[in-house]
Amino acid sequence: MSEMSAMNRKLIQNLAETLSRQVKHFNKTEAECLIRLFNGLLGDQTDKRVGNGLDRGKFRNILHKTFGMTDDMIMDRVFRAFDKDNDSYVAVKEWIEGLSVFLRGTLDEKIKYCFDVYDLNGDGYISREEMFHMLKNSLIRQPTEEDPDEGIKDLVEITLKKMDHDHDGRLSYADFEKAVREENLLLEAFGTCLPDAKSIQAFEQHAFQEPLES
Amino acid sequence: MGVALTRAAQWTTASSGTGKLEITPQNASLLKEIQSFVEQFSARHPQEAKHVFKEPLQWKTSLEASDFKTEYDISGVSVVSREKDMSGRPLLHLSPPLISVLSFSQLSKLLQVANERKLKEVRSCLEANRDPVVQILGPSFATVEGEDSSVLRLLEKVKGGDPSEETEVKVKLLILLQQLDTQVLSSSLKQISQEVRLSPTAVKNEVELLKSFCGSGEKRLLKSVNYTSDYEFSNGCRSPPWRQVHGEICYLMVESCDTDTLYITCSTAGIFLNGGIKQEGEESAYDRIGDVYKDLVSLLKSHSAYFANQINTQDFVVQEEPPSTQKIPHVESVDAEEPGQTQRAYEHQEKNVHDRARQQLAPSKPGGKKNLEPSPKWKGLGLPSGQQEAEEKKKGKKAEKSTEKSAETQAKATRPDSRKKAEFSRSSLPVHQSSQKTKVAVDEFSESSSESDEDEETPERRPESNTDLPSEYWQIQKLVKYLKGGNQTATVIALCSMRDFNLAQETCQLAIRDVGGLEVLINLLATEEIKCKIGSLKILKEISHNSQIRRAIADLAGLQTMVCILDSPDKELKCLSAETIANVAKFRRARRTVRQHGGIKRLVELLDCVPDSAALTAEQERDVEVARCGALALWSCSKSTRNKDAIRRAGGIPLLARLLKSPHEDMLIPVVGTLQECASEESYRVAIQTEGMIEDLVKNLSCENQELQMHCASAIFKCAEDKSTRDLVRRYEGLQPLVRLLSEAENKHLLAATTGAIWKCSISIENVALFQEYHALETLVGLLMNQPEEVLVNVVGALGECAQKPANRTTIRKSGGIPPLVNLLTGTNQALLVNVTRAVGACATEPESMAIIDRLDGVRLLWSLLKNPNPDVQSSAAWAICPCIENAKDAGEMVRSFVGGLELIVNLLKSTNGEVLASVCASIAKIAKDEENLAVITDHGVVPMLAKLTDNTDDKLRRNLAEAIARCCMWGTNRVAFGEAGAVAPLVRYLRSKDPCVHQATAQALFQLSRDPNNCITMHENGVVKLLIEMMGSNDEVLQEASAGCVANIRRLALANEKARYS
Repeated sequence: MSEMSAMNRKLIQNLAETLSRQVKHFNKTEAECLIRLFNGLLGDQTDKRVGNGLDRGKFRNILHKTFGMTDDMIMDRVFRAFDKDNDSYVAVKEWIEGLSVFLRGTLDEKIKYCFDVYDLNGDGYISREEMFHMLKNSLIRQPTEEDPDEGIKDLVEITLKKMDHDHDGRLSYADFEKAVREENLLLEAFGTCLPDAKSIQAFEQHAFQEPLES
Repeated sequence: MGVALTRAAQWTTASSGTGKLEITPQNASLLKEIQSFVEQFSARHPQEAKHVFKEPLQWKTSLEASDFKTEYDISGVSVVSREKDMSGRPLLHLSPPLISVLSFSQLSKLLQVANERKLKEVRSCLEANRDPVVQILGPSFATVEGEDSSVLRLLEKVKGGDPSEETEVKVKLLILLQQLDTQVLSSSLKQISQEVRLSPTAVKNEVELLKSFCGSGEKRLLKSVNYTSDYEFSNGCRSPPWRQVHGEICYLMVESCDTDTLYITCSTAGIFLNGGIKQEGEESAYDRIGDVYKDLVSLLKSHSAYFANQINTQDFVVQEEPPSTQKIPHVESVDAEEPGQTQRAYEHQEKNVHDRARQQLAPSKPGGKKNLEPSPKWKGLGLPSGQQEAEEKKKGKKAEKSTEKSAETQAKATRPDSRKKAEFSRSSLPVHQSSQKTKVAVDEFSESSSESDEDEETPERRPESNTDLPSEYWQIQKLVKYLKGGNQTATVIALCSMRDFNLAQETCQLAIRDVGGLEVLINLLATEEIKCKIGSLKILKEISHNSQIRRAIADLAGLQTMVCILDSPDKELKCLSAETIANVAKFRRARRTVRQHGGIKRLVELLDCVPDSAALTAEQERDVEVARCGALALWSCSKSTRNKDAIRRAGGIPLLARLLKSPHEDMLIPVVGTLQECASEESYRVAIQTEGMIEDLVKNLSCENQELQMHCASAIFKCAEDKSTRDLVRRYEGLQPLVRLLSEAENKHLLAATTGAIWKCSISIENVALFQEYHALETLVGLLMNQPEEVLVNVVGALGECAQKPANRTTIRKSGGIPPLVNLLTGTNQALLVNVTRAVGACATEPESMAIIDRLDGVRLLWSLLKNPNPDVQSSAAWAICPCIENAKDAGEMVRSFVGGLELIVNLLKSTNGEVLASVCASIAKIAKDEENLAVITDHGVVPMLAKLTDNTDDKLRRNLAEAIARCCMWGTNRVAFGEAGAVAPLVRYLRSKDPCVHQATAQALFQLSRDPNNCITMHENGVVKLLIEMMGSNDEVLQEASAGCVANIRRLALANEKARYS
């Protein structure tokens, strides 16, 4: 048993070494911590399908519990953004890469990430319909209103007016990037998909410090 | 004219006879109209003007014979015009107080003579002749009710074959008069139509409302409101029927908390005080006293300060809970799933409550029953940082406001009918009317209630109607709706979109406020959502450039939240919050709020950063930015004295000193701005000097930015009162840049600061030498003309200091500085006068300059400044007079030529100001050198006045007083008189003073006094000999001689005494 864990440790260290070279924002120790955390989260799942990684449910659980996200659809999209190879599992590499943007991304990386999250059908544009879909729960419905969707539609138009620089009725990546650079607040224009400073701090403290002490 | 006068003019009381025209704006405009008609009459219609009136217009005039000039024969008090009518009657005849006039040409001449009494003359003429047409054209033209046939009659006359010229003129005259009549009538009609007409129900409602605020508790508005009569007629009136015909509805007795009982008449024309109608009216009591008000509340507000105050602070409660009060249900289910939503949900709820309240009130409007809630009281602003409590307080405030609003709506309901009509027409507009209406109502309240402590705040102005609101208004309203009802995503989008409006534009700023956006924006600040906070602050920062918005933010407790945000770890948030505070804290109340909620300490903490290292990390740069914003906020806050203290106590001075080393102008401007603002405090001046800030200030004088230069110069100006600071400025070579800045004559603020710094620096004589070297004086003399007063004060101050050196006096004279200086003596600015007199006085020590001053009659100007009420000016002028007398040729003659001048200066000895007394004594010492003048001032009683002053301890006064006494002894029996007035004994005590100058002057005075034997005895009794013997041992020859002389006199008396005894 101890032999195995020693070997395991060695494996993890090698993996951390390679990953920390590939991924920007983590050093080797941090990568190692994240791998351990990943393995821990995998828990009993590993026994059956080693290498596949976190499934949708587990990942969403993390997003909800650790990062305080609530919107189902956005959480789904975040999962897809992490799951680069689209195999419905977040593998250890995807985990580290994803977290690198998620926790410590530069503005450029975050713009790219957010655009990917919001581009629901992955066609490279955020369309009116996609916006409507994402914003539909953002207003409190007044029972008195005749058309409850009117406010949302109006909100979509406001957003397009603000961000659609080429006036083609949808947001291209260029549109999105330009708008966010002008006004950073628009980064998460269609729903919270990044953790706030507090939960980042809490997560990093939990991931990087506590395991080292133990 | 006749119709207008009977109908439109407001005559006092209903009783006829010789009525008086009331002094009301309407009558004033009517009189003005008639006055200008008469004045222009003879120029416009010369022929008609000559027409002789049937009967003279006769009235009691205020004009006197002396008012009339040519064309009149004046004999004693009566005046007769040279123009006569056919039968030889003079057209104008004045035998005071009666005057009679027979033609329009005389009338208009008379008005020209009357000058500012024109209106009064017109008034008394019309009061004496209520239908002037009768006098002018004859009784057949009297104004009668109904059909007026006078014109027809005249026409008939013309037709009937009376072709005389006179009739034709008469017709024209009549037509002209009727034209005036219509004109006057139509203009007064306009006013009448705007006038309020009260109805019995409206009055009743208002009385009922006020009654509900009466009682005995502390929070009452009034003690009691009572009708004089309990009987109510079927038409709702309570006044006796014979008064009802005058439009009077009822009489009230109101006991307010701070005045006597007010007796009030409510009539259809308005509400006014009467002569005190209690139970049964006496006829005279019905008369109106004071102005007419449109409703009871405004009358009470203007008569009872307590009432007005309470109503403005809304610090009152309904005294008896009316039974009909209904609790307004606060139920409104709002899904507050998400964290951070509670605030908004709450806001939403509150809004609904308002709507409900409004709905409830709307139907009950005419009935006006009481349905007010007692409002909870939330006093004092001392609010701990706890979020919970802040929220609770907000809630309380809102509740209070809602009650207040409903009270106001109620008061509104009782207002006159015409108002109501206007409101109905407004409410027929489709959208938004209800909230708009209540707002207008609230504003009407606040308009008359200027907050006394907010001096800088401008009164509200708001367009009256909402008919032509710009499209931005509706768009902003929509966005605010999304802010209220959206989650953080929608909120951020709405905030970003709102920022696309031109927020520097007042329409947008006010639109945000008017649709309730400020409340939401401020509520967002209390949430956990950083993005919402940032977005909200970005908007608040922009719109808070508007003073009304600033005020509203402060009213909504926005500053408290912003102060809390300063603790946030997010640096962008800190920056925005500090910048917004910088904008809002432009008025005193806001600055106080910031301080009271610990804002100053937090802002000072923001200053802590590393400003000057070469390579900064991104994080450090952000710290610098935070510090800059903190400095901006402190700059705004530092305009209050208490805040200056708070900044110092929070340890702000060393941090500011460190930031002063920064190379960036945008950092330096707020830092130096704060410092110069605080430099009005002694502690800061010391700190600026000891923390080595002078060096940096001097360095920045040479920068490119004029604003920064101005603040630096201004800081030096304030600090250089202190000698070591002046020396530091010189040591760091700050004088040359200051002189260089004098060439920036276009920027007046900069120029004022620069000249101020030069003035204060020139108090040190070493600095003056350098200024001389840099040729500053020539430039300064050039600045004596065409400059604003704040510059002039400093320029003249600097010249005054520089002129203490003889060489500079010559420079000033040669560069032509004396004429403009003397010219400035005619000014009114007190600070300027003090400096000018000082400068002129300094110049007068040079004989050549004195010659110029004399030629320009400068001494007379100086002398007339002795009449200035400001003691500083008085003393400064008196000091300046001394060298003038000393150096002028024929000074004695000159002084005598000022009529009443000597009496004036002697009378100044009655002043209570020590400096004035000292300066006047010095002047008197100079004046008394001339024997004739000494005789005159003796006649004016200078001796007893000087003697009275001897009992004092002020060395400066003592010295000059002693000199004056020494000089005044030279005339007649003054020596004896001084002795009799008891001046000798106190003078002896002067020798015990520590000031050697006092000794010299005193010894001289004693020497003069000792020529009178009785004085010698007094001196000896007071132990003068020992003191004088000490004085004889001094190095001062004058003192030695005077002391010795005095002792010799005493000794001689003693010897003579002995001789007399033994011989």
